[in-house]
Amino acid sequence: MLKTLRTNDTALMILFTLVVLAGPLILAPVGAGYPDLMQRFVIYGIFAIGFNILFGLTGYLSFGHAAFLGVGSYSALWMLKLLSINIVPAIIFAVVVSGLFALLIGFVSLRRSGIYFSILTLAFAQMSYNLAYSVLTPITNGETGLQLDLEDPRILDSAGSAGQVASPSFFGLEMGDTAVVPFLGMDLQFNVGFYVSALILIGMFYLSLRIFRSPFGMILRAVKSNQTRLNYTGFNSRPYTLTAFVISGMYAGLAGALLVCMDPLAGAERMQWTASGEVVLMTIMGGAGTLIGPVLGAGIIKYFENIFSRINDEVVLGWFSALPDWLAEAFTTVISPFLGSGWHISLGLIFMLVVIFLPGGLVEGANRLMNLFTRLSGPRKNTASEEDAYADKGSLPTKAAPSSTVVNTKES
Amino acid sequence: MDAILLQVLNGLDKGSAYALIALGLTLIFGTLGVVNFAHGALFMIGSFCTVTFNNLLSFERVTLSETELSPWGTPLEIHVPYVELWFGELGATMIDYSVFWSILFAIPVMLLIGIVMERGLIKHFYKRPHADQILVTFGLAIVLQEVIKTVYGANPIPQPAPDAFVGSVDIGAMIGMADNAVIYPIWRLVYFLFAGVVIGGIFAFLRYTTFGMVVRAGMADRETVGLLGIDIDKRFTAMFGLAAVVTGLAGVMYTPILSPNYHMGMDFLVLCFVVVVVGGMGSLTGAVAAGFLLGILQSFASMPEVKDFLFGFSIDQVIIYLVAVIILLTRPRGLMGRKGVMET
Repeated sequence: MLKTLRTNDTALMILFTLVVLAGPLILAPVGAGYPDLMQRFVIYGIFAIGFNILFGLTGYLSFGHAAFLGVGSYSALWMLKLLSINIVPAIIFAVVVSGLFALLIGFVSLRRSGIYFSILTLAFAQMSYNLAYSVLTPITNGETGLQLDLEDPRILDSAGSAGQVASPSFFGLEMGDTAVVPFLGMDLQFNVGFYVSALILIGMFYLSLRIFRSPFGMILRAVKSNQTRLNYTGFNSRPYTLTAFVISGMYAGLAGALLVCMDPLAGAERMQWTASGEVVLMTIMGGAGTLIGPVLGAGIIKYFENIFSRINDEVVLGWFSALPDWLAEAFTTVISPFLGSGWHISLGLIFMLVVIFLPGGLVEGANRLMNLFTRLSGPRKNTASEEDAYADKGSLPTKAAPSSTVVNTKES
Repeated sequence: MDAILLQVLNGLDKGSAYALIALGLTLIFGTLGVVNFAHGALFMIGSFCTVTFNNLLSFERVTLSETELSPWGTPLEIHVPYVELWFGELGATMIDYSVFWSILFAIPVMLLIGIVMERGLIKHFYKRPHADQILVTFGLAIVLQEVIKTVYGANPIPQPAPDAFVGSVDIGAMIGMADNAVIYPIWRLVYFLFAGVVIGGIFAFLRYTTFGMVVRAGMADRETVGLLGIDIDKRFTAMFGLAAVVTGLAGVMYTPILSPNYHMGMDFLVLCFVVVVVGGMGSLTGAVAAGFLLGILQSFASMPEVKDFLFGFSIDQVIIYLVAVIILLTRPRGLMGRKGVMET
């Protein structure tokens, strides 16, 4: 059993790596192959993976994760301003600072669970947001947002070219650099920033996979299924949940740091609670508690945000050009409020549908489909992601076994 | 003394809004045990009821004047609301007092929205974990907010108070203090009185009617009430509608203070959750008391003296959250929460 699990994980890891690295090739045909959007896919993927370590494993629903994203952004940008334009110290510093911040908030918030935990984290995030706007203006630059400046000291860098604001780089490789390669009539854009974030994403995905498979991850799942029972067995669960909280805060800080490395501008609206809501949407949509789900959800939501919000009435009318005019116009009037600037409506609707009918997210949906097909055509084969979905629901397939008994204690 | 009185008064209008919304939230939580993140959207819809009603009332007939010319040399357009055409002077007064009239308009609308929401969506979530309830109502809040944004646009729509209530009143002089020491806008006073009436009405309804008695019994022990042969679900649905009405009315009357915009619901929602938590989940009096308390506390925190005392830090933006954190950590059931209700 363990052996199959491992080979499955290796396969998943290799597949994931290949897909991420081939990003420009895969995304170009669907109109998403430009650097800015691809970077967003990857960075929000990291954010969602981190959120999933907390919510997916322990079941603690944090509504304040954007605060860590914001803290990460601000601290990384300060490092870029003060220390060096190289992104490495910025990222390290951001992760450390957001980890400390998460330790503080987690220490207080984790004293409560359930809805109180959600409200506490929400309160802390709103507090940080309001502080960033008002009292902390010297650090955050208030409404204008913090950005790079000509007068930045940058003590580690040699004096750069005058009259130009430097752009963040990785030992000389500028994040904005893009190689455009024509391929089959498409322009594939290979961007430095994308690949830096993509490598980090792959590393972070591996880390989360290890956490999912570790004894530590098992304890976290036990917290989700029944914390009281876990406490009665003699485990003190709080250090475990706190560690999970800090890890996920550090993931968020890392994502925030990468955001400013790609685009050196940090604003307080990044910490608003709608931003916290967004990462919740991503994780649920993809599938909370599964490995691949959050990345999937992040990709889908960011794709919709960028592609769907650009569709206007003309485009919709174009789709129905084959139909008679009055019918095309009728369809357009029905559909267009849900696209373009109104795409948030469809996002909210899809999200509600997912929560109502498919609480396991898209991964569960894919599994259901797969089960349907395999049931129709002979005996079925376990895949790694399937395993996750089952582990989450607490009903493992009959083959699965002793190593997972803790998970089985859950009765939903 | 007058400075303190002024801050208390300043806190009252915000406090009234918090109290009304928190009352609605608590009615829903206390009866149905549902955490409703879409509650802020109800507040917003209430205020847009005023906008809609005002638009309906001031539906105009446009005629071209035959004699007068506009500065551009084209015939002057004369805008006359139909209501004025039909009712004359009375019509003009109706438009002026449209905020009050829209209360009558908002009650059935909010009741309908509340009942549809409960029967259509929330009913299916009683048995599911609180996290799921939060998520689905959060999704609903996004949808409602965006629908309003599509229909009414993203800009705030200012709503005037009736002419008779514009301006302010010198409260200090009334109670024998120096002139012009404590000046307070009339509409805020109206809002406070209105909130008092609504809150009093709800409490009286729950206290003195048979319906209210059954609901209170259901809040205490739903199962037993069901066993006694009472269809408690139906009553709880009605309470959800009532909660929606209370919150909607809070929005209706708040429009002259804050121009309705599509994100006002979300702004208030977070604060009102905090209010409910401070007051104690499921405690109606707690919600009302905490609403006023936090409103007043917020206005005190914005005093310059407080700022000086804290070495120049202004804490009016964060005081509510700070209080909530302290309360949750020291007295998790809130100020007036019942023992054993959602304590962990």
